[in-house]
Amino acid sequence: MIRLEKRPQPSRFYGVASPVFAVIATLIFGGALFAILGKDPIQAILTIFWEPLFGEFSFFYRPQLLIKGAPLVLIAIGLALGFKAGIWNIGAEGQYIMGALFGAGVGLAFYPMESWIIFPLMVLAGAFGGWVWAMIPGVLKVKFGTNEILVSLMLVYVAEQFLASMSLGLLKNPEGFGFPGSRNLQQYPSAHNADLVTGTGMHWGVVAALIAVIFAYVLLTRHRLGFAIRVTGEAPRAAKFGGVNPTRLVLFCLGLSGALAGLAGMFEVAGPAGQVTIDFNVGYGFTAIIVAFLGRLHPLGIVCAGGLMALTYIGGDIAQSQMGLPVAAIQVFQGMLLFFLLAFDLLTNYRVRIGQREAI
Amino acid sequence: MTDILLSLHELTKAYPDVVANDSVSLEIKQGEIHALLGENGAGKSTLVKMIYGLVKPDLGEMHLNSETFAPADPRTARASGIGMVFQHFSLFDALTVAENIALGMETAPKMRQLSDQITQVSQAYGLPLSPDRIVGDLSAGEQQRVEIIRCLLQDPKLLIMDEPTSVLTPQEVSILFDTLNKLRSEGTSILYISHKLEEIRTLCDTATILRLGQVVGACIPAETSARDMAEMMVGAKLKTPQRTPSLQGEEVLKLTSLSLPPAAAFGMPLREISLTLHTGEVLGIGGVAGNGQDELLGALSGETCAQAGMITYKGRDIGHLGPNPRREIGLLTAPEERLGHAAAPDMSLIENAMLTGAQREKLERHGVLDWAAAQRFAERIIGAFDVRTPSAANAARSLSGGNLQKFVIGREVLQRPDVLVVNQPTWGVDAAAAAAIRQALLDLAANGAAVIVISQDLDELMEISDRFAALNEGRLSPLRPAAGLTVDEIGLMMGGAHGMEVAHV
Repeated sequence: MIRLEKRPQPSRFYGVASPVFAVIATLIFGGALFAILGKDPIQAILTIFWEPLFGEFSFFYRPQLLIKGAPLVLIAIGLALGFKAGIWNIGAEGQYIMGALFGAGVGLAFYPMESWIIFPLMVLAGAFGGWVWAMIPGVLKVKFGTNEILVSLMLVYVAEQFLASMSLGLLKNPEGFGFPGSRNLQQYPSAHNADLVTGTGMHWGVVAALIAVIFAYVLLTRHRLGFAIRVTGEAPRAAKFGGVNPTRLVLFCLGLSGALAGLAGMFEVAGPAGQVTIDFNVGYGFTAIIVAFLGRLHPLGIVCAGGLMALTYIGGDIAQSQMGLPVAAIQVFQGMLLFFLLAFDLLTNYRVRIGQREAI
Repeated sequence: MTDILLSLHELTKAYPDVVANDSVSLEIKQGEIHALLGENGAGKSTLVKMIYGLVKPDLGEMHLNSETFAPADPRTARASGIGMVFQHFSLFDALTVAENIALGMETAPKMRQLSDQITQVSQAYGLPLSPDRIVGDLSAGEQQRVEIIRCLLQDPKLLIMDEPTSVLTPQEVSILFDTLNKLRSEGTSILYISHKLEEIRTLCDTATILRLGQVVGACIPAETSARDMAEMMVGAKLKTPQRTPSLQGEEVLKLTSLSLPPAAAFGMPLREISLTLHTGEVLGIGGVAGNGQDELLGALSGETCAQAGMITYKGRDIGHLGPNPRREIGLLTAPEERLGHAAAPDMSLIENAMLTGAQREKLERHGVLDWAAAQRFAERIIGAFDVRTPSAANAARSLSGGNLQKFVIGREVLQRPDVLVVNQPTWGVDAAAAAAIRQALLDLAANGAAVIVISQDLDELMEISDRFAALNEGRLSPLRPAAGLTVDEIGLMMGGAHGMEVAHV
């Protein structure tokens, strides 16, 4: 009989090794899945992981890695701080949309004026938009004890309706021949979040993500607030005894993760996407949840996980077009990664024993 | 025909890390109350679990009435006439007494018939209990009666009782003892597990003492002093805490009609608690668990805020202050629950030192944490309080209960409090560690601090308190000097028998 036994101390080895094991298991089972679908598994996996980095067209795909990775990392950092404290913001996708709408709205309000102040104002507006959207579940939780998971998740769908309404109404391009969608911010220099070095994919969002990573790392290891977050997640009563104010912590964590998600949305709409459209959001807010856990809620881990997820996105696209792999197969592949990570995570705190069960 | 009911022969049970029982032999006679004595971790629980069929011995054998006895599970043990009353009750709060008892039976009779049986047994043994009452409304003592009656209905030959008095007031204890004496006179044997030596001396016929899984001695409790038994349990000479009578100092903490609504649905409200605390004194607060102890500690630590004017510290109203501002001005606390309240289980001792030490030990500056200083503080606690751990980087949950308790108390004591409030400071702690903790509290008071000790261990409170009061249903009795209080008086302060009447048998 197989049973689990709690370790007296969390294992350091598995803390580091479980993501590696998870990736290996995903490769094996993902490869099997591709084989069952009648594709060459080795080639499929090479296409996903090798092609974007070192393939023939890597000059095109490498910048994409930054463009796709930056919003994932930026959102995941904010989510991870909350997750560590046991505060579950599942609605980053909605906050991402609201950040994009607020940011683009401020930019378009100035059109066609040109000034250096416009872009910073858009950044502030984007962060504010995400913050406001995240404060709704935050305030409801601390005032009425509602569940932040449900409220934040449902607000994603409200935000999507907002997005549709805005791209069909208030923010619609007056010179757009009636097509839905706003003006293209890429053609409005003061509002454009352009590559800092042309052709690298290195835009302000990447810079913001790096700053967020460093900020989160310092906060968690060196600051009272980061300590409060960690203790609250480990033992809420001990945290309260240690002087943590749970109300303020809920508002801080939700607010910060909302603001970071809003920033990600704003950088996306002003840069790679360029305009507000009905289908502007592509699921970064949800994928960031996987990224946060894959990165063990650790800032540096999240950078690696964000890169890995971005890679599977890009590689998945290539595998779709070159090998005809169905998009659902790619999504299953990504889902497997989280599944195996959670499974191997168990080994950090438990060890597997095989043998007769003993009543204690 | 021999009068030995149950004999254990060289029972051995080993777990991966520890030998819980090492060749334990013992004999229980018909109609005797046999005490099983030992510290936490001495192997008492493992031994009775083997008798009750919950654990299988690795080696050795048991004989019941001279026949080989090897119960595969508790059901077999019950069928052979073994009954057990656990320390933690397994009752459903929402069901009636009769329904709870029916649930534990193999073949329950009709409800009405069962109710009659319950009434009959409860009257026969001086345990009045109405079968129709809802268990959730019963006091701890009455709930224990349900468990006892459940066993008695099966007409056991041997009744095992695990720490039965830990939830009872002295009056309730004396009712229980009457019942046990009556059972003995009818020929039922009782295996009585406890570490309260005085009650073993009054109740039990023989005692077997376990230490580290081995039998280290046997004695006739009535003829042996409590101190000798304690030293056999610990295996060392015990140091009695030394105290120097303190001078009546100035007033430092004052509670004025402190009232708080219950925090949770089944929580206990605090009702008009008033007291004054002076420098240099130890105030003992007794009471049966669940009568407002946690709530009182929470109100003093600042985890729950009180209304203006209810808590005054050095002339200043502090009811609205949170835990950290209170620490800054010298009011420190140590809650009862070590894992999850006083300490975060999965975090290291360094991080747990930071948890409450940040302000007074200056482990942070403008929010930036100084981990090197926290490590030095943790190592100071470990050194000063003899905490056994490989290093300060170990997780709190990897420490034994006694060692973690020494760490938790040491963490607060070393911060030089002006007022220290501790809840159950020696609960589940071995005798040597308990003595060290009590001595630390007394030293603190001798150096001019004021100490409030909330505890359910009356012996402990009588040993170290200058004044004594008891919590009952969220109310605090008037404060009385501890010297000269009789057990009866203490019991009445704790709420007497909680309305449980004694049936005269």
